[in-house]
Amino acid sequence: MHPVRLLFLQFLVALAVIGIWQIGSTVEIGGDYLLPEFFFSTPVEVGKRVWQMFASGMIWKHLSITLTETVLAFFIGSAGGVVFGFWFARKPVVAAVFDPYVKMANALPRVVLAPIFMLWLGLGIWSKVALGVTLVFFIVFFNVYQGVKEVSPVVLANARMMGMNERQLFRSVYWPSALSWMFSSLHTAVGFALVGAVVGEYLGSAAGLGYLIHQAEGVFDVTGVFAGMFILAAFVLVIDWGVSGIERRLLVWRPQPAADHG
Amino acid sequence: MQTAVQRPPAHIALPDAGPLAVALNDISISFAVPGRPVFKAVAPTSLHVREGEFVSIVGPTGCGKSTLLNATAGLLRPAGGTVTVFGERLEGLNAKAGYLFQQDALMPWKTALDNVAIALEVGGTRREEARAQAKEWLRKVGLARFVDRYPHELSGGQRKRVGLAQVLVRGPKILLMDEPFGPLDAQTRQIMGTLLLNLWAQDRKAVMFVTHDLEEAIALSDRVVIMSAGPEARIIGDFPIDLARPRDTADIRLDPRFHELYRDIWNQLKAEVVKTYGEETP
Repeated sequence: MHPVRLLFLQFLVALAVIGIWQIGSTVEIGGDYLLPEFFFSTPVEVGKRVWQMFASGMIWKHLSITLTETVLAFFIGSAGGVVFGFWFARKPVVAAVFDPYVKMANALPRVVLAPIFMLWLGLGIWSKVALGVTLVFFIVFFNVYQGVKEVSPVVLANARMMGMNERQLFRSVYWPSALSWMFSSLHTAVGFALVGAVVGEYLGSAAGLGYLIHQAEGVFDVTGVFAGMFILAAFVLVIDWGVSGIERRLLVWRPQPAADHG
Repeated sequence: MQTAVQRPPAHIALPDAGPLAVALNDISISFAVPGRPVFKAVAPTSLHVREGEFVSIVGPTGCGKSTLLNATAGLLRPAGGTVTVFGERLEGLNAKAGYLFQQDALMPWKTALDNVAIALEVGGTRREEARAQAKEWLRKVGLARFVDRYPHELSGGQRKRVGLAQVLVRGPKILLMDEPFGPLDAQTRQIMGTLLLNLWAQDRKAVMFVTHDLEEAIALSDRVVIMSAGPEARIIGDFPIDLARPRDTADIRLDPRFHELYRDIWNQLKAEVVKTYGEETP
């Protein structure tokens, strides 16, 4: 499909949804509103509120807090996942011993850990970072583990025949292979880091996007809830673009689905 | 019903003496699969390859030809017998050998140039020097214009050329090749064969070349060795190829002597091929 046409159709979907929402919440149909303003607010109101948040500058503080938590959770969780993923993949005995516990920890819905982290780490950013880390860690861990395990045996044998020692094998074979697997999970990992941050804020904090949404909900300020959600969604999109950019730069060696290479 | 195959002598006599590059003495190779009896892939068998000799190993599919190469490379420990490389018993990996695998063995995350250069860098060559030599080898295999391509941007034949450069750049004394041109089309195979012979003629390494294509084996080799059908495969024939060198792998196939040799060897190989497939037909 032509990109302009695609963009137009995508825009049309947004227009239709907002149109229905606006009409449902402001036009009386048969003596009743389809979408009562109290429960659904109106797109115009939500738009105004978002504008206000940016115009007054109050949103920047919350955004930066959420961003900090996300970034910290992502990096700490990834570092842990890489280290343990490698360790387990290279030492099958360790992997076998810890296997049931890893599975157990991964099966646990991480949200239930939030209160514990709050008790241990307080209401500041670190309890949110911890929650995000528990989510990110397992994604990266499993991918790196898989990446190291699934190194092509032929590539490995070839590298050995070149005379590579363990350190060189790590640098030239295991690490790039694990990295490519890790990157395939990067979008998910970043997403989960953000989930950890927002859910943590929602459950107890004094700043951040989750906090904003929770505050608005507490006073039945539906406009505020929707405004917060909208900003959150836009925020995720921006981060996702950034991740895609990094991915493109680091994984140039991968076959592209498009006909770039002719 | 089985045709009686004559028991070959334990050692196949060498036509003429010369320093041995590889000596496989009565080696046997088994694989243990849990819950099943041990699979004896290769029965005690011997093979000697002299310095500068190009030996092809031909046999029906699944007869353990690659296993023999892996044992020579040190990737696999034989259950019995010894592997000797230039007079020394092989322990661990064979550092004197370069191995061109059947499947793609290039690192997909490195460009053609880096794939070749890494083979030298591993041995401690400086990066600049390694890259210069890698570039030279890529030129020799006809890929001067493709040095910056990643493996997925190259055709199957081009990847094999990179693989060849990667193996040869280290200057191994022994070259092990496991159906290296197997997945390529007929034309490309011939071109690759001629390229290989030209490169080989420059310094005459000892080559062990595994293939199931008898024509290819005759066209390239000094000697063609026949393996019996597995399990307990062993070497059952050894044919010197007295075609003049240098050879062109396409033209040589028109030589009357080529046809004689082909007929002789095929007569022996046929029985083994039939045996393999005979057991599979219901």
